[in-house]
Amino acid sequence: MATPQNKLAFDGGWDYDPAPESTDHIKLQKRYELFIGGEFVAPGKGRYFDSINPANEKKLARVADADEADVDRAVQAARKAYKGVWSRLPAKERGKYIFRIARIMQERAREFAAIESLDGGKPIRESRDVDVPLAAAHFFYYAGWADKLEYAFPGRRARPLGVAGQVIPWNFPLLMAAWKIAPALACGNTVVLKPAETTPLTALKLAEVIADAGLPPGVVNIVTGAGKTGAALVTHPDIDKVAFTGSTNVGRIIQRALAGTGKRYTLELGGKAANVIFEDAAIDQAVEGIVNGIFFNQGHVCCAGSRLLVQESVADEVIEKLKSRMETLIVGDPMDKNTDIGAINSAMQLEKIESYLKIGADEGGEMHQSSARLPSKGYWCAPTIFTNVAQSNRVVQEEIFGPVLAIQTFRTFDEALTKANNTPYGLSGGVWTDKGAKIFKMTQGLRAGVIWANTFNKFDPTSPFGGYKESGVGREGGLHGLDAYVRLGAE
Amino acid sequence: MASANRIPVDKTYKIYIDGKFPRTESGRYLSLLDKKEKLIANVCRSSRKDFRNAVLAARKAQAGWAKASAYLRGQILYRIAEMLEGRAEQFVAELTMQGNTRRRAEKEVATAIDRLIYYAGWADKYQQVFSSVNPVSSSHFNFSVLEPTGVVSIIAPDDSGLIGLVSNVAPAIVGGNTVVVLASEAMPLCAISFAEVLHASDVPAGVVNVLTGLRSELTEQFASHMDVNAVAYTDSDQTTACRVQTLAAENIKHVVAREAIDWSSDSSANPYLIRDTQEVKTTWHPIGS
Repeated sequence: MATPQNKLAFDGGWDYDPAPESTDHIKLQKRYELFIGGEFVAPGKGRYFDSINPANEKKLARVADADEADVDRAVQAARKAYKGVWSRLPAKERGKYIFRIARIMQERAREFAAIESLDGGKPIRESRDVDVPLAAAHFFYYAGWADKLEYAFPGRRARPLGVAGQVIPWNFPLLMAAWKIAPALACGNTVVLKPAETTPLTALKLAEVIADAGLPPGVVNIVTGAGKTGAALVTHPDIDKVAFTGSTNVGRIIQRALAGTGKRYTLELGGKAANVIFEDAAIDQAVEGIVNGIFFNQGHVCCAGSRLLVQESVADEVIEKLKSRMETLIVGDPMDKNTDIGAINSAMQLEKIESYLKIGADEGGEMHQSSARLPSKGYWCAPTIFTNVAQSNRVVQEEIFGPVLAIQTFRTFDEALTKANNTPYGLSGGVWTDKGAKIFKMTQGLRAGVIWANTFNKFDPTSPFGGYKESGVGREGGLHGLDAYVRLGAE
Repeated sequence: MASANRIPVDKTYKIYIDGKFPRTESGRYLSLLDKKEKLIANVCRSSRKDFRNAVLAARKAQAGWAKASAYLRGQILYRIAEMLEGRAEQFVAELTMQGNTRRRAEKEVATAIDRLIYYAGWADKYQQVFSSVNPVSSSHFNFSVLEPTGVVSIIAPDDSGLIGLVSNVAPAIVGGNTVVVLASEAMPLCAISFAEVLHASDVPAGVVNVLTGLRSELTEQFASHMDVNAVAYTDSDQTTACRVQTLAAENIKHVVAREAIDWSSDSSANPYLIRDTQEVKTTWHPIGS
């Protein structure tokens, strides 16, 4: 049972030929300005930073670094657009603009996918099949809500909040922009969005789409920069709402900074999801689920299944099969269509992941990595698992945001549930078993906002996403995602 | 009771933690005086430790209360209303002692009873209104339901003795949360008598815990405790709002701001108050293709 009988010898000369996605069809400028009031404008101070390809450390483009004054200009543009145009537009017309964004994104999907993988390091297979189609679908979904809000909030009248300041992370750059912008616009708000400094390009390409779609100037503004730019946006006195996706630490700082301002906020923060495998699960499927849970997008996923809880009776089998499966994962060029695991997003993130590998080993964990050959240039981390770890170990409690899985075992249902819930986070969770009743018992007991039963890391515009406990406040996606962008009053 | 030669038996107003009526562990008290500076009663000046004990009780009771069927929670809320109705005269008397006109007091008690019935009726309905089945593109059955956020601390409105407290506690507990509530500082008596009503209504121990004391002393504890999932405040001053929100950030508590609301009005009651202390849980399940 321990060793799979017919294991393929992937190290036996069966190399895959390169299958790179071409880049001759994409349009990338040397320099990107800020998108404010419907125009691309230079930053006031004239400062720019480089966005690099993490797979080869080569510069892709220079990108404007917005300071406080630039952010202020963007907020003013958004305010003007809100008062003058967007809040007066009939809801169905608002919706039609958003539909247009979705359609143009679909037309340019291949270009978006290529740029997403170049800029962020994620495998082209994922940006092509997940990020870009989902982003377009998100706009399409929320476009339809624009003139139907009275059906979303029975007994209440929904009004827009005004100007939304939105700060997004680098793990799903375009998709997060869509999650933020689409519901905000549908509910009648205008937007200032700040993409992450390591992955600004697809948001700037989205600005082109928004301009092409003919949206009134200032309805969507995009300001690029690092933490200081984000702080200037979040604390700007003339925004009505903050939407943030990122780490729990920054979320805490934002929640504090907003105290007493009366501004609304939603926070999508960190996670440390448990993927629970019972002995009666379909083991091969579960192993695929584990791989998808932790190695999808290099583990740069807030809802990643970064903890594996496996029932003791099948632990050896599951771990053996997992190790074997890890050997088949191709780590390398994100633009190659055969690549499973791309580049770590930045040097900084790689350093953080490596520090956790050391912490895990120092705490007594047993580390195992796949023998994948890593390219010499760029930022890479081989798929990694830790066994022999305790509940109190930092690699079990803290979010690593990399392809690193902590494996624990359990004997009883109650032990699994207790361990699964024993972190400050509560974003997501997974359960694998063939017994329906056990699924419902576990999915009800897990204190987390998104639960996958016999599957993992699935997303959809109609499906609300967001966490319990220190994983955040509010939901994005679906009917419930509208709440974040409306003020409810008497009819 | 009030015959000429009989000495009335005055009530000792204690606090309510885990289904028991202890005095504050601190041994401190606050004197409640009427308009003529005459002592009405000494009430407990609860301490941080009392609050921590109350949170422990609330946490212990939460899972069981959340598991109770919606039907049962509804019946228990209805039972609270029945008990309150039977003791209405006592609450009117207490409100009058604390400075309300009799007419106003009668109206407040009647509104509080009706409000409990209102939320009792929501127990098995809000889920149907606020949950959803989501038509995802992949072959999964995907649904979102509400679940209680957990332990909720509530700083009840200061300007009413009963209706403000009831209006904030009822929507939290009908949704399966357990609560620790700080009574009005100006009019604390009804909160404790209401605890006696709860006690007689099959509300499990720890589901509602009631403290009396100083807002200046306890607000910070209500907002900062790491095992509280949501904090609701009802004072409309900027200092409180700022303090509560700042401290709540430590464990990303939900902050429910209910400022400047006229709780005596029927329009202040709606199911969105239940939703304020609920989480949305979304579950994915393959359905084959």
